[in-house]
Amino acid sequence: MSMNNQGRPTGIGTSSFASSTGSALLPNEPLLFEIGDTEHSGVDLPDVTISGSRLGGFERRMPLDLAGLTEPEAMRHYVRLSRLNHSIDSGMYPLGSCTMKHNPRLNEKMARLPGFADIHPLQPASTVQGALELMEQLSHWLMTLTNTAAVALTPKAGAHGELLGMMAIKAAQEAAGQGHRRIVLVPESAHGTNPATAAFLGYTVKAIPARSDGTVDVQAVRDALSPEVAAIMLTNPNTCGLFEPDVIEIAEAVHEAGAFFYCDGANFNAIMGVVRPGDLGIDAMHINLHKTFSTPHGGGGPGAGPVVLSQALAPFAPVPFVRKGAKGLELVEHAQGEALGRITAFQGQMGMYVRALTYMLSHGGDGLAQAAQDAVLNANYIKARLAHAFSVPFGDCPTMHEALFDDSFLAGTGVTTLDFAKALIDEGFHPMTMYFPLVVHGAMLIEPTESESKQTLDHFCAVMEELAADAKAGNAERFTSAPLKAPRRRLDETRAARSPILKWERPEETLKAAE
Amino acid sequence: MTTRFTPDHEYIRVEGSTGIVGITNYAQEALGDIVFVELPSVGKVLKKGDEAAVVESVKAASEIYAPVAGTVIEVNDALSGEPGLINADPEAGGWIYKIAIAEAGEIDSLLDATAYADLTK
Repeated sequence: MSMNNQGRPTGIGTSSFASSTGSALLPNEPLLFEIGDTEHSGVDLPDVTISGSRLGGFERRMPLDLAGLTEPEAMRHYVRLSRLNHSIDSGMYPLGSCTMKHNPRLNEKMARLPGFADIHPLQPASTVQGALELMEQLSHWLMTLTNTAAVALTPKAGAHGELLGMMAIKAAQEAAGQGHRRIVLVPESAHGTNPATAAFLGYTVKAIPARSDGTVDVQAVRDALSPEVAAIMLTNPNTCGLFEPDVIEIAEAVHEAGAFFYCDGANFNAIMGVVRPGDLGIDAMHINLHKTFSTPHGGGGPGAGPVVLSQALAPFAPVPFVRKGAKGLELVEHAQGEALGRITAFQGQMGMYVRALTYMLSHGGDGLAQAAQDAVLNANYIKARLAHAFSVPFGDCPTMHEALFDDSFLAGTGVTTLDFAKALIDEGFHPMTMYFPLVVHGAMLIEPTESESKQTLDHFCAVMEELAADAKAGNAERFTSAPLKAPRRRLDETRAARSPILKWERPEETLKAAE
Repeated sequence: MTTRFTPDHEYIRVEGSTGIVGITNYAQEALGDIVFVELPSVGKVLKKGDEAAVVESVKAASEIYAPVAGTVIEVNDALSGEPGLINADPEAGGWIYKIAIAEAGEIDSLLDATAYADLTK
């Protein structure tokens, strides 16, 4: 045993691999606490020589009780864990509505430039002019692509952006003496976060039923509008993968009634560079940089949900934002007039801004349009190829960026949408989105994005066809017992929800040994 | 003793001036395994259509609305420890709360067994 300067043994704990089972390439990975122990230290640091504490009585009295691991031990732990997972870097990830497109490595390279990666939000503005210029350029691109008057970059996710957009609407109405408007209209085909956002701000949510073709009924919107209605929250393209054909009429009706039009821009990737939402009459829309503009998500990185605002809502944009000043670019950090204050600490997800702008600049305006068109083409290809074996809920109308099927093709097979999705794991694909949107029974929502080649799409479709044929042939067992080839078999979701284990407990024998 | 239904899949079993409220067998099948039930507090005054309880399954969280106006007089505490009672026996052991019915007339506006069966065909 080697000792460090403090007399603590260094290196891996004795219990390290005792609980490591599984095969060599798919290890049954133990927890960090099971690999290392608190008796060992992974690093060799000299004793602290500061005498006395300056923490005014707030210093820790108990040991921190963290497992001491060396850098390679910690590194290997996380790399091994990552190998148990499926990611966009390891295979197709057709999760509908989530837009799991490839995260270009050029984005990563740019985000690691020291001028972006190694700066601090409290640095003087004169030393971060490049970063501020990047924020300004990103704002310019987002406003240009959407034809809007203002943008708030800082929201940290789509739902956060929704909240901000609706806060701006609320502030605008209160400023205009319209604070009594308490109702927000939300079509059935909207994202689930939309009614949650409205409810969070104290609005009453009124659902607008979908037409039989999956789109929003403009007459139903007209009927629901009243002097009590504050806004409509519409997702376009909607969660059925359909472009709302009456969106301009809906916007006009909403504005005539004195209400605002919040557009959920989670599916903007289907129309970027092709349709400018500002031309459709939207007042606020969030844009998920982590969907549309290829920044990592799904465990890979923080989200970012900038919000674009119409002329009417622009005065309410929150701080901070970048402005040209006498000494170059400056950050406006204090809200003036009617503007909303801060909604995040500091300046938002700088690393995501860099990646998103890199994606925009490397594609160019025409390239972004091409990406949107390719995403739509890919989705329609899947829909067309699978229509004979699966059931298409809304007939022959072309889809946007995702293909939606219902579970009627599984009727009588004993296989559910869930079972089907689990079987897809055994075939090396991440499952599609299941049971959403709610307007379709047993929904399967598939979004290939523009990242996939025709060869990959063909392989995916062939697997889907084979699975559908096998389900119809009566081989329910393959589906109900799936996944068989994943690192974990089917999880007991009910038990996990009814008796969740939320905290690691030290095994009793270790406790006894320590006594 | 009559049992009436709402289009939102609640049932109310009327015993005198008391109604016993739960979700139908159709609803529990659609929801899947129930993992949590948020019960109303006794004494809560409800209008027809008010949110009275929340049932959470592995698939979704669903609000349970008051089929009629009234006051909550008793809740099924057994559901706190064993939410699966709703799956096992939705219309008996899996009842959610009892309500003192404010207006007996409101019961007649609800669906009868035949109308509810038609709805869920």
